[in-house]
Amino acid sequence: MRFIINEHSIEADVDVRTSLLDLLRDHLGLTGTKKGCNQGACGACTVLVDGERINSCLALAVQYQDREILTIEGLGTIGDLHPLQAAFIEYDGFQCGYCTPGQICSAVAMIGEIRRGLPSALTEDLALEQIGFSEDEIRERMSGNLCRCGAYNGIIEAIRATYAEESAQEREAAA
Amino acid sequence: MKFDTPATTNPIDRLKVVGKATDRIEGPLKTTGTAPYAYERHDAVADPAYGYIVGAGIAKGRIVSMDLAAARAAPGVIAIVTAANAGKLGKGKFNTAKLLGGPEVDHYHQAIALVVAGTFEQARAAAALVHVHYARTRGNFDLAAAKSSAQPPKAGGIGGKPDTAVGDFAGAFAQAPVSLDATYTTPVHSHAMMEPHASIASWNGDQLTIYTSNQMINWSKGDVAATLGIPAEKVRLISPYIGGGFGGKLFVRADAIMAALGAKAAGRPVKVTLQRPLMFNNTTHRPATIQRIRIGAGQDGRITAIGHEGWSGDLPGGGPETAVNQTRLLYAGPNRMTATRLAVLDLPEGNAMRAPGEAPGLMALEIAIDEMAEKLGMDPVRFRILNDTQVDPEQPSREFSQRQLVECLRLGAERFGWDKRVAKPGSVRDGRWLIGMGVAAGIRNNLLMKSAARVRLDSHGIVTVETDMTDIGTGTYTIIAQTAAETMGLPLDSVIVKLGDSSFPASAGSGGQWGANNSTAGVYAACMTLRDKVAQALGLNAADVDFADGQVRSGNRSIALGDAARSGELVAEDGIEYGDLDKTYQQSTFAGHFVEAAVDAATGEIRIRRMLAVCAAGRILNPKAARSQVIGAMTMGVGAALMEELAVDTRFGFFVNHDLAGYEVPVHADIPHQEVIFLDEEDPISSPMKAKGVGELGLCGVGAAVANAVYNATGVRVRDYPITLDKHLGRLPTLT
Ligand code: FES
Ligand code: FES
Repeated sequence: MRFIINEHSIEADVDVRTSLLDLLRDHLGLTGTKKGCNQGACGACTVLVDGERINSCLALAVQYQDREILTIEGLGTIGDLHPLQAAFIEYDGFQCGYCTPGQICSAVAMIGEIRRGLPSALTEDLALEQIGFSEDEIRERMSGNLCRCGAYNGIIEAIRATYAEESAQEREAAA
Repeated sequence: MKFDTPATTNPIDRLKVVGKATDRIEGPLKTTGTAPYAYERHDAVADPAYGYIVGAGIAKGRIVSMDLAAARAAPGVIAIVTAANAGKLGKGKFNTAKLLGGPEVDHYHQAIALVVAGTFEQARAAAALVHVHYARTRGNFDLAAAKSSAQPPKAGGIGGKPDTAVGDFAGAFAQAPVSLDATYTTPVHSHAMMEPHASIASWNGDQLTIYTSNQMINWSKGDVAATLGIPAEKVRLISPYIGGGFGGKLFVRADAIMAALGAKAAGRPVKVTLQRPLMFNNTTHRPATIQRIRIGAGQDGRITAIGHEGWSGDLPGGGPETAVNQTRLLYAGPNRMTATRLAVLDLPEGNAMRAPGEAPGLMALEIAIDEMAEKLGMDPVRFRILNDTQVDPEQPSREFSQRQLVECLRLGAERFGWDKRVAKPGSVRDGRWLIGMGVAAGIRNNLLMKSAARVRLDSHGIVTVETDMTDIGTGTYTIIAQTAAETMGLPLDSVIVKLGDSSFPASAGSGGQWGANNSTAGVYAACMTLRDKVAQALGLNAADVDFADGQVRSGNRSIALGDAARSGELVAEDGIEYGDLDKTYQQSTFAGHFVEAAVDAATGEIRIRRMLAVCAAGRILNPKAARSQVIGAMTMGVGAALMEELAVDTRFGFFVNHDLAGYEVPVHADIPHQEVIFLDEEDPISSPMKAKGVGELGLCGVGAAVANAVYNATGVRVRDYPITLDKHLGRLPTLT
């Protein structure tokens, strides 16, 4: 089977029962994606597929051949952190760190969802092209990612700070 | 280093590094997914086989037969371990039930077999083919039903005495002009840490190495040895990163023992993780409690009598949830009593979860205090302040080393806008929402445990700290680096910290909020010994040497620290041990918790709007991580107040909602802005660090503050946690 993971093409021969999560963790050594429940209830296993977030524990690897898979390892590295990774450190958006890669991947995709105008349960005007980036919107949209350490406040601050900076830069670039 | 007299000025007091809000030094590893957790050690163990645990399908009884033929014949299966072929096993000092059951079954989902196969999928599929025939026997699963059979547990240990009495409680309570007699219940809670228990075991001859996820390396090394019947020197545990514990990883659990047995049987390394739906019944939990509280007071609001009785249950040989203990210390009052009773239940093993005792105890006590204040027509902040004590109420000659509860409550009230609270419940509306404010006090003791470390200095002036201490998300890596940097006069990035390896000196470990103070004190002790060695190596007089800016200075000489190790690494090993300062003084930490809640007037839905904690907990070593500890604990407190409950099937004896979909914990949308204030405090009686702990304090009282806020919003008093909307919906104020 052929997979495209973090822009690399990778061949792997795995059981058809192997989840995308176990492919990453057990077969490819990409252990940044975490297994919190293996049942779709915690979000620790969140990765991006073609830019959208999924629970990789609920995905069979065999079905994700030739799709663009992005994991935490592809987002940034220790020497070259993604701005959101840096913000998680600055705002202490984690404690034990086990939910963290899932939170970060989920947040990256969530920003995309907001930018594309996808509404959440909280969005009052479904016709809006520009959905607000309020704390409540982010909380609602991140609620599939559990953090038992309770780092929620720091996570929200990190996401807000990163997004605010990014949109300020974009506005500057546009002007 | 023996610490038996209060600390005076020492190198930590410079506070160049300690006490500063500092990013976690392991942050880049954790945010990039490169911190290696137990199940992920491809770097250390190549090509392990996979083990999958089969849990017992009954709560109590015997395994009559086990048919393993189909599982053995399944593709990829290498070995199957059961009690029948595992050899003689012992039981760890810290375990109540055996970690491998059979033929007797002690509790539901007790491990009874491990299937080892070449891949995870093969092991899982084969495990499903194990057929077990059980003979089920009746058990006791219902705490309320077993309450009348409960007995005083044996005295001693952290639990204290089963009965305490001072003055004439019964007489004073009977005569009190204002009194309360109420019963509260708290349900079973689960740690539900995000990383499931996991281990990779590897044998090299008779030497066993287990990469695992464990809070207490030294305890657990001993318990692995005791369970397997091998000498402790033959066991090495390695646990540098831990995906949360909250008490659930204080002890050796089935993953470690089954991985070791599986690896022996398979003749190759084996990795085992507890599957999430197994964890809730297989591992430990915070036991449910029933608590009766009686308080009597004069019309002036002074408590004259206070009594707290607590009931909980556990397996035979287990211990109680010590829910009454804080009531011995929190408020004044001449006539007092507490009683702890333990019933035998055949549910899974109860044990410590974050702030054991105080967490459920304060959930009850601090509602009772709110109820008393209302009966007296007194503001609940004022009522608490009026009944403050600066001495141990049972032994008035014994003072608290520090006690700033009143300051926590005063400052909290001011910052939270408590003066806007309307005392009459159900009287504030904001659109469809009923609004209320609640307060509770928090107390959690400071426990002293000996703790050791080794420090190495190299010729580049880099100091490496080695200790078996663990970082369970608490920020240990960073505070240990801060401590070593401060003591050696180095910048933070000149310190390397290595943790969680049983080949390092034994530390206090992570539990009971004792980790920060004790483990850093141990590192401080080792660094002070290293300073002597440095002075000696440089031919300086240790008494007048100054360590600062990477230099060692004496008189007008200034030498780079690394020069002391020019002819070879300098190594020092030392630790902290304590005298009796925790006996002569009561050492505790305090908090005032404030909560604003909104309740939907029509549906009864509860939302938390704001939270504030004001904490007095000694010197705060890293305010950034300490704040995270407290807000994380406040989050867990919201869970305990509003949603967390392992539901007991009292017919078959198991927790029904045994996964993360059924056991609800707070999510992002449940948690509003949280504020934390640390009072300026140094406690020279606690250790040379003058620190205490905050990780459990942050939880102590939160549940009751939420409950009191909900009551203030609705006027409906719920005394059975969690406060789910069905418990007050029928009694909400009529809609106008
Ligand atoms: S591991 Fe996939 S959602 Fe929990
Ligand atoms: S940081 Fe531990 S679960 Fe989120």
